Amino acid sequence: MSAASRAAVRLGTEPSKATRWIILGIVGVVFSIPIIGLIEFSFRDGLGGGYTLDHWTGLFTEEAARTYRQLFQAIGNSAVLAVVTVAIVLLILLPTMILVHIQFPKLKRVLEFICIIPITVPAIVLVVGLAPVYSVVVSVFGSGVWTLAFAYGITVLPYAYRAIQSNLDAVPVVTLSEAARSLGASWPVVLWRVLLPNLRRGVLAAAFISVAVVLGEFTIASLLNRRNLQTALLQVGQSDPWVAAIFALLALLFVFLLLLLIGRLGSTRNRSSS
Amino acid sequence: MTVANAPAVLETGAGASPRRQSRAGLAKYLGLTPFALYVLLFLAIPTVLAVSTGFFTEDGSLTFDNVAGIFAPAVLATFASSFWVSAVTAVIGAVVGALVCYAMLGTRAEGALRTTVDSLSSVLAQFGGVMLAFAFIATIGNQGLVTVILRNSFGIDLFAGGQWLYQVPGLLPVYIYFQVPLMVITFMPALEGLKSQWAEANATLGGTRFTYWTQIAIPVLAPSFISSLLLLFANAFSSYATAAALISQGSQIVPLQIRSALVSETVLGRENMAGALALGMIVVMVVVMWGYSALQTRASRWQQ
Repeated sequence: MSAASRAAVRLGTEPSKATRWIILGIVGVVFSIPIIGLIEFSFRDGLGGGYTLDHWTGLFTEEAARTYRQLFQAIGNSAVLAVVTVAIVLLILLPTMILVHIQFPKLKRVLEFICIIPITVPAIVLVVGLAPVYSVVVSVFGSGVWTLAFAYGITVLPYAYRAIQSNLDAVPVVTLSEAARSLGASWPVVLWRVLLPNLRRGVLAAAFISVAVVLGEFTIASLLNRRNLQTALLQVGQSDPWVAAIFALLALLFVFLLLLLIGRLGSTRNRSSS
Repeated sequence: MTVANAPAVLETGAGASPRRQSRAGLAKYLGLTPFALYVLLFLAIPTVLAVSTGFFTEDGSLTFDNVAGIFAPAVLATFASSFWVSAVTAVIGAVVGALVCYAMLGTRAEGALRTTVDSLSSVLAQFGGVMLAFAFIATIGNQGLVTVILRNSFGIDLFAGGQWLYQVPGLLPVYIYFQVPLMVITFMPALEGLKSQWAEANATLGGTRFTYWTQIAIPVLAPSFISSLLLLFANAFSSYATAAALISQGSQIVPLQIRSALVSETVLGRENMAGALALGMIVVMVVVMWGYSALQTRASRWQQ
């Protein structure tokens, strides 16, 4: 423990080591119980008691491909949705944010306000109005599952916006683009070779968090009668809760790793700038 | 301001004719249209539709019946249970979350502990939904791990009082499970904004740890704490997935009521009832989120 943090403990601004680990320990243990419960459940041998590896190994048999066809299909759907949603973020939100940052600084507050709205208008409310919108969408684009990404692009707005904006604020975007422009670069070149490399971290974080949101989305898919990972999980859970538990665990783990990666991206930035 | 004006100077400085300039100006605005159109189609229109359908009957004539329907005792009761579930879980989540934030004070923000806790918190706070409901069924459900251990080893029956996990009270543990992490994410920046100089000043003036917290830290943190509490309330109030996965019968909270109004095929005109419920929900959300952002602005004074 450094002298500074010893002083901080004495002054009362920081908890002592013991207090810290008692609080984190208790909360950590309590919060790990449901996850342990989920893991334990995935090894249970039916309702009779005893444990088996069958639920895990069963996933890799040929038979599983047939039994869980709908679940695997739903995972495919969620993957497609994640890709299209990320495309919406990169092709619609990102250029707009850069444009507003460079050309319309006065619109920054407006853009921020718009991007925060989806927090106030929750999915369960949005879906009431999306139902009629989607009857039009289906007649234009067909009923492909990817169309759901239009709605998901809205749900991820607050998260993606925050990720990109914090990067935009940290990089002298205006100066960089002026410098490139005065050296004769066209706007596409400025965007592709000057701005994007500088915004890589924010863009990556926005993409990852969008993937995480899409993989966890249930409300809109369920009420618009589309099949994605979460709706399929709920359905499988009724007939084969063990497999549902396994996939819930894997999905949670995957999203956790994705977010850990975002955290690492952020912390390398902090280190290099200090 | 100079930075903001710079690009305009750069473009006009090259001696562009006014006409070219205005065309460039127009082109600039054209760049905003994809986003504007997208937000209009998938955010503005759905929101307006969701809120306004409550004022119309199935055949399109204006009515206040649906909105008046919100004040029917059965619907008011669902609003009430939504309120108390959100309030209870927000308060518990805020207190426990604040304690966790306090425990992490003084650790390095880039350290392994903090990055892990941050990522875990985000997963549990924002993306759990259905999966957390599963975890709780596997843990304190009828045959859950904890239920079985308590029953076999201690003779305690978790379900002596009925199948509470699959009713409104069952939402409490699961909601708390995602409220605490949300508090950790939203409250940590405020707690980190406390300056060590304040503690030093307090000590120099003869204050104790107790006076530091009661006279300085708590008053400074109060706006942040309450605004985070409001965000937690909004979060619980609007969450649907967990409830949909846990509660299969009945619609005891507002989001479930919206579900049953949306999917119901037995009662005609129920879709417009969903609109009225959505309106009620939005009113609550707007008030709560307005309070949230007002308090955030106040709290940010101390976080420079």
